[in-house]
Amino acid sequence: MPKHNNPYTLVFVCIVATICALLLSTAASFLREKQEANSAYDVKLNILKSFAVLPEKATRAEVEHFFINNIEGITVDATGNEVNGSAEDIDPEFEAKTKAPEDRLYPVYILRENDARIAYTIPIIGKGLWSKLYGYLSLNSDFNTIRGITFYKHGETPGLGAEIAAEWFQKNFQGKKILDESGEFVSVSVVKGKADNFYDEPKISHYVDGISGATITSRGVTAMLKKDLNNYLPFFAQKRVNYSGD
Amino acid sequence: MSEPLFSAKSKKVFTDPFSENNPITIQVLGICSALAVTAQLKPSLVMGLAVIAVVGGSNVIISLLRNLIPNKVRIIIEMVVVATLVILVDQLLKAYAYDVSKQLSVFVGLIITNCIVLGRLEAFAMGNKPWASLLDGLGNGLGYAWVLAIIGFLRELLGSGSIMGHDVIGKLYHAGYVNNGLMVLAPGAFILLGLLIWVQRTLSKYVED
Repeated sequence: MPKHNNPYTLVFVCIVATICALLLSTAASFLREKQEANSAYDVKLNILKSFAVLPEKATRAEVEHFFINNIEGITVDATGNEVNGSAEDIDPEFEAKTKAPEDRLYPVYILRENDARIAYTIPIIGKGLWSKLYGYLSLNSDFNTIRGITFYKHGETPGLGAEIAAEWFQKNFQGKKILDESGEFVSVSVVKGKADNFYDEPKISHYVDGISGATITSRGVTAMLKKDLNNYLPFFAQKRVNYSGD
Repeated sequence: MSEPLFSAKSKKVFTDPFSENNPITIQVLGICSALAVTAQLKPSLVMGLAVIAVVGGSNVIISLLRNLIPNKVRIIIEMVVVATLVILVDQLLKAYAYDVSKQLSVFVGLIITNCIVLGRLEAFAMGNKPWASLLDGLGNGLGYAWVLAIIGFLRELLGSGSIMGHDVIGKLYHAGYVNNGLMVLAPGAFILLGLLIWVQRTLSKYVED
């Protein structure tokens, strides 16, 4: 008779598996609240980063406080009308995957200063070389000038594609225009090399310097800007009319 | 015939993996994660701590169960225990160190496949008492962690000019200093690790059979 026969083995494995499963599910349910709070905070932090309003070493409490007081989240439909619902509840990836473009809802985060809406941020999602790129793009209230951009999640090569998360790259976008002089949508493109080697005024305002060694990531950024900004054009157009009417 | 807790033998079990039997520089295990997470010091340290916790914990658990575990399903049981601990660590990081857990991404999960962990269970915990196994686990975890810390320190310093995210180069940039781009890439880690293995083996007079 062997020391550990088959029934013993079976029972032993079941007991170990059950204990481990219990342990993990308990831990998961205890920690869930904290984890969700963390990821919600991360979203807020990155929205504020795209607005370029954060002091360098803001504490978590300051960020939360600023977000509550100065940021408004709204939802718009494909025709650009504001609809009921909070921006936090909209998952742009889920919308894109499950709905036709005309049925989708789009979140917009608005920066307020003394009750005036001064800048608007939209989520941008696209494909780089290895991974999906996630970020936010913020426009001033002329709906033309880029106020800031941030990438908060990506899996690109460190030192090459991952430079999209670097400050120098994101700074390049500030002040660029998404519309040409006649008001047509042209978006902003990442060039290969230095933008001012290829373009002069006024075209230069639609191009930013590329990252050497990261052509495909750069192309991905160009494509995602065009795609995601395009979805919001009706909303921008509507608001722009109101804006000039003020 | 109980043995004192800190006998010469248990001390040796604990300290051997630091140099003479270091999991990275002598046994050359765990290289994948040592290359992947060491671009900066902070994730390297956290990864080191995570591995210390997992090797220590799983060594004790398996050692406690060593006479109960049926030999046929030995490895599966070991994997289940390791996987449970790793997922626990991952969940804790997500709850208490979100930034770092984002940086480490899949590599925390990959501790499950780290040869050091399974290697210690098979080679030590299955045949030794819990206390000795704990020392062995912590020792090996520390042996892994110090190598990661050194590589992380050097890569962050040379590649990004900072330590723990604090700029240490400052004015030198104006004097024409540039960061070494190779250091942020995996090949830079390979070169550093190779040099470290060479230095460490020379110091500990290790000779390959």
